[in-house]
Amino acid sequence: MLLIPCPWCGPRDEAEFGYGGQARVAYPEDPWALDDAAWAEYLFVRDNPEGWFAERWFHRAGCRRWCDVMRDTATNRIAGSGPTGAELPEVTR
Amino acid sequence: MTAELLWRTREPAPSYDAVVVGSGGHGLATAYYLARDHGITNVAVLERGWLAGGNMARNTQIIRSNYLWEASAGIYEHALGLWEDLENDLGRDVEFSQRGVLNLAHTTHDVRESVRRVNANRLNGIDAEWLSPEEVKKLVPIINISPELRYPVMGATYQPRAGIADHDEVAWAYAAAADRLGVHLIEGCEVTGFQRSGDTITGVHTSRGPISTGKVALCAAGHTSVLLDTLGLRLPLQSHPLQALVTQLLEPVIDTVVMSNTVHVYVSQVEKGELVLGAGIDSYNGYGRRGSFSTIEHEIAAAIALYPVFAHAHLLRTWAGVVDVAPDASPIIGLTPFNGLYVNCGWGTGGYKATPGAGHVFADTVANDRPHPLAEPYALERFTTGALIDEHGAAAVAH
Repeated sequence: MLLIPCPWCGPRDEAEFGYGGQARVAYPEDPWALDDAAWAEYLFVRDNPEGWFAERWFHRAGCRRWCDVMRDTATNRIAGSGPTGAELPEVTR
Repeated sequence: MTAELLWRTREPAPSYDAVVVGSGGHGLATAYYLARDHGITNVAVLERGWLAGGNMARNTQIIRSNYLWEASAGIYEHALGLWEDLENDLGRDVEFSQRGVLNLAHTTHDVRESVRRVNANRLNGIDAEWLSPEEVKKLVPIINISPELRYPVMGATYQPRAGIADHDEVAWAYAAAADRLGVHLIEGCEVTGFQRSGDTITGVHTSRGPISTGKVALCAAGHTSVLLDTLGLRLPLQSHPLQALVTQLLEPVIDTVVMSNTVHVYVSQVEKGELVLGAGIDSYNGYGRRGSFSTIEHEIAAAIALYPVFAHAHLLRTWAGVVDVAPDASPIIGLTPFNGLYVNCGWGTGGYKATPGAGHVFADTVANDRPHPLAEPYALERFTTGALIDEHGAAAVAH
């Protein structure tokens, strides 16, 4: 069970959250400039690391805000969190 | 008396005609069919851990082919056909049991989707029936079909030819058969990267030195994406924990497999008496082989509502496999932008049941350097062309 540090509510049970996948995947600045391969990349391809991963969680049973969390996908250790787009701790194994 | 080993311990040779990465069910089956059907016997299967110790050791053994779309019906039914002859083919008992699989419907939407899937299955030549709640109760006497349930049983699809097989026995049977054909099964040998000359792959780097080869066949589930990152090739894959659990040994109480997508629990009882229960995947990315208690709680709550007698069972152990899920919940099988490099991944929750079929079509793809006809729809290009095979919600299990 993950204990997710909501930047506003503090550490809360994972069951209070919804998962939003990889953090900071920006909508294309100029969508008309994208070819099919670039669209495929934007729509379908995300990082899938075995290790540290910046991801989004939505505190749906709490403050109902999105936050970014740095979590290790192999160990579930969480290095830190912040509002979306905030600096997250740089982590090395 | 000395026990006869199923496969020999080998040192890696400097070069092979083909290298298979990953000795799970898919890797072993691929190596076996490369040797048996294509005469490519100078093959190594490289495994960073131990043989069949990854996701092959962490599934719920269910085999079925009642998928909605034609591409899925094609490959899963091809697999089921191979399962039906597998013990004969490999010369070993794998406890293959065609006890039938039911997929429960709990809402009017479920009912419509399920009946549609039964019709689609029949059009594809796959055995499928729609059962009323009373017919479900006849097959599964312990099930609670009371309309009082929050998610009542409104019927079920039924595939009589579906069933289970013992996952360890399956892996060992493939390993023994591949070994007999001369395939080298090498455990404790991690592939760390690729040797290349331009866009042509010429070998792999491993924890036990470089190995040159003209063909590299990746069967490493989610780690396929981790490995391909070293080539700058990004795959549309996300790894998630998928949990299951077993109870103590019980007297026989259920002799078929019953799955439910809506409340998300599936159950079968193995020969020696354990109930094997599976859940849905944890929502977050993960490579840890354990998931969250909340998923287990949901699974057990659903199980006890449907089968009140399970409340007496003691839980023995829980585990998680790591499933690699593509955006359309369908596998990726085929060529890559690199010559001599082939991928077989993205099976999500469908990997185990596909084992013989995946190995068979992937070996054909690797040997002939073009997609097997059943693999054609599963090319990496579908994410660019948009020709997705959307089994989300159609595959009778959530991803």
